[in-house]
Amino acid sequence: MLLTAKDIVKAYRAGERPYPVLFGVNLALREGEVVALLGRSGGGKSTLLRILAGLIPADAGEVRFKGKRVEGPVEGMAMVFQTFALFPWLTVLDNVALGLEARGIPKGERLKRAREAIALIGLRGFEEALPKELSGGMRQRVGFARALVVEPEVLLLDEAFSALDPLTAEGLRGDFLDLWLSARISTKAVLMVTHNIEEAVALADRALILQGSPARIGKEIPIPLPHPRDPSDPQFRALVDQIYEALTPREEVERRLEEELLRLPDARVGALMSLAEAIARLGGRADLPLLAEEEGLEVDDLFPLLEALELLGFARVEKGDVELTPAGLAWAEAGLEERKVMFAEHLLRRIPLVARLHRALLERKRVPEGWVLNRLKEHLPEPEAKRVLSVLLEWGRYAGLLAYHEGSRMLHLPHPSR
Amino acid sequence: MALTRIPERPNRHDLLALLLTLGLLALFLEASREAVGPFHPSPISLDPAKLPEYTLRTTFRMGVAFLFSFLFTLIYAPLAAKTRLEPFLIALLDILQSVPILGFLAATAGAFAALFPGRALGYELAAIFAVFTSQAWNMAFSFYQSLKTLPRELEEVATLFRLSPWQRFLRLELPFALPGLVWNAMISMSGGWFFVVASEAIAVGKTQVELPGIGSYLATAIAQGNGLAVLLAALSMLVAILAYDQLLFRPLVAWSQRFKYEERPGGQPARSWVLDLLRRTHILRGIAEALYSWALETLFQLERRRPPRRLTLPLWAVALPLLLLGGMGALALWRQLQPLGWSEVAKVFLLGFLTFLRVVGVLLLAAAIWVPVGILLGLRPRLAQRVEALLQFLAAFPVNLLYPFFALLLLRYHLSLEVFSAFLMALGTQWYILFNTIAGSMALPEDLKEAARSLGLKGLTLWRRLLLPGAFPHILTGLITASGGTWNAAIVAEVVQWGPVTLHATGLGSYIARWTLEEGQGPHLLLGIAAMSLYVVVINRLVWRRLYRLAEERFRF
Repeated sequence: MLLTAKDIVKAYRAGERPYPVLFGVNLALREGEVVALLGRSGGGKSTLLRILAGLIPADAGEVRFKGKRVEGPVEGMAMVFQTFALFPWLTVLDNVALGLEARGIPKGERLKRAREAIALIGLRGFEEALPKELSGGMRQRVGFARALVVEPEVLLLDEAFSALDPLTAEGLRGDFLDLWLSARISTKAVLMVTHNIEEAVALADRALILQGSPARIGKEIPIPLPHPRDPSDPQFRALVDQIYEALTPREEVERRLEEELLRLPDARVGALMSLAEAIARLGGRADLPLLAEEEGLEVDDLFPLLEALELLGFARVEKGDVELTPAGLAWAEAGLEERKVMFAEHLLRRIPLVARLHRALLERKRVPEGWVLNRLKEHLPEPEAKRVLSVLLEWGRYAGLLAYHEGSRMLHLPHPSR
Repeated sequence: MALTRIPERPNRHDLLALLLTLGLLALFLEASREAVGPFHPSPISLDPAKLPEYTLRTTFRMGVAFLFSFLFTLIYAPLAAKTRLEPFLIALLDILQSVPILGFLAATAGAFAALFPGRALGYELAAIFAVFTSQAWNMAFSFYQSLKTLPRELEEVATLFRLSPWQRFLRLELPFALPGLVWNAMISMSGGWFFVVASEAIAVGKTQVELPGIGSYLATAIAQGNGLAVLLAALSMLVAILAYDQLLFRPLVAWSQRFKYEERPGGQPARSWVLDLLRRTHILRGIAEALYSWALETLFQLERRRPPRRLTLPLWAVALPLLLLGGMGALALWRQLQPLGWSEVAKVFLLGFLTFLRVVGVLLLAAAIWVPVGILLGLRPRLAQRVEALLQFLAAFPVNLLYPFFALLLLRYHLSLEVFSAFLMALGTQWYILFNTIAGSMALPEDLKEAARSLGLKGLTLWRRLLLPGAFPHILTGLITASGGTWNAAIVAEVVQWGPVTLHATGLGSYIARWTLEEGQGPHLLLGIAAMSLYVVVINRLVWRRLYRLAEERFRF
């Protein structure tokens, strides 16, 4: 066991109350494997990765690296960041050598090793360039070189490919996989956080699915395919479907529907409409991976939309498929004005938060934004409360249930149209 | 402008800071009473041959002050950003920024002179101190702001790789803060010329102190009515300002662009021929790089060998002396102010109100003129860039040098200083409004301008819907900067002199200026300065900060 996590608990503060993100997370990383960690956006993937790296402390539970407790960053682990996180004022060479500098390795030696790492990742000739002179793909190569040069035994990838365009990402993935498979790097295990299911199936030996809120490891899916893997291979497709399914467990959604009506998903009305239209076009029922591709959506964008459709009673998600309800089908096909009315009806009927706010508006005519935010903050941490409020405002304004005055930050009933 | 991080409502830290500041000033005054020793300066000679030397000395004072400001910033800002003293230190900085230090010139000169009796060193230090106070707070604020807004992912990298404290500072914090710091230093420096000139020729009690420099040269020239000498002095000033700009700040600004964290599209990259020259040199560059790398290496090695012990002072060890000092200061404050009586206090605040009216009036007037001009200029970027260099010079030029001429004009045409002192106050500060507006107008997004054109927006609608709101944050920054300077200028603009004639305007500025000249009138001076500080702080909190928040929220692209 290289890296283990036992009963990890982490919560953020929401006013007086803690807002749990992770609860009872257990995982183990063995020598010689690549593990993918998947979950919904905002579901605690990155938090977990940072706890494992020793960047933030867990509230309870323990992380052990080679049997020793992790209480801060340790020498045997390195991380590659989604946003590259390169120091713009340092050259490629100095960026790569930074980790060695921190260990007090003499200059000559550390430059030599940095040059080797740069050559390894295919950046020779760019040693003296500044990061801003490089393209995104090249920058992430610097990110990899910087992580690999300190010869980590565990490499952590935090959405390392997601800021790159698909073609570039594939190239870098391929090169990294080659390094890993040919054992030319000292890394003994890789833990990658991703929201790209195809990427997980293409690289990993197993996938761990974070489920629930607070999240724990809900499911483990082995990926026993030999390299090189072919995305059009039926076995590959089957695994992709399996992971999609694991990310949308029925009971989980229903529990959320009941308990967490407060946490409105991050779904813009325009995106909801075009998604519903797309599903209707596909015959009212669609395979999730297919739909994602069709609509050009990442999983992270797709799931909140699906959740919103479910909340509103416009769709049902089951076993990796989504199906519009009769109401959803009618909504997708209705005209502009009609759509607004139907949306308003469903909002009032199915989302208690909206109904309550609407009642308050009917009684008082005007409600300060801060008042709503404070109510939300009693249950949610501040950034989350703000996010929910913005969703609430958008939905309510679209449905014609409320209006918002920016200057006074007041919610009020919309003026009757004509 | 570092206004966002400060809460709108003052809290106990503000109170403590205010008390401490005023208290310290009071102590200073008490100390300065004994400082009226003999001082025999050599009289200023109007011989043009002496002028280069005088210019050099003025320039030197500026340089030393700048160095001190930089050191202060490097120490104060990290303390404020990383220790538990943060809220107090920040409140203190805010108050210090609001104290019209010009009023205290005489007192500080006295105090510094007392440290080195019979020598010019004290007065030199006083002049340097005056310039320091016009730069340090701004720069410290800028650095603090940067330290608080470090990009999270870079901090994570630093933590993950376990950078040592010095490595963190030199690899992450300082580079990230540099562009803002350099820009702020440049702006502060241009304000500094005003102070260095004012502090070269001052009266401490009955002693007229004249430090050799451009300021005193010009004062002498005006007193003797020597037109040629006046012209020469103004030219020397121009040369000095240009030299600082070309030799120090242009290169620094151009160099610091490398440290910008986010590239903003558009905008010409700053160039500097000096930097280009230095970059092209081989030996010099090689030596500099080798030295720098050697210094870093040695520092990091030393740090490794002797890891720094965490210095954890208990809170009381810091708080107790502060409280004691604050207590002593408060006592001194009380002892000095108590004999004055409430009627004097009321009078001072009334005078303050008059000055306040002048500041507001002239700023509004300046805005009414320069905002449209600035926006129009900004729409013609090529022209604007040429004008900008001139404006920076105008903003840097110490207009207090010109006050005597205006006194002459007022006398000749029988105009009242009561009204026209307001114009004198804004003479130097109005440019801040103009060049900030130009910057705002130039920063208007191209697509919005195109949209406005395609919609056929014209005339008033165009100004009301796009140009004014789009440039609003910049206009506001200009107004805030100008307002600070204008208050300070009140102290020298409400009393002007031409030859033997002195004109007075009724106001807080002239009150402070008058009591500066009277011996042993520390309490009046203190009261005047306290009142002005209060005015500035209150206006900052009530007006500027609110507007600033509005600008940030509604009018940012």
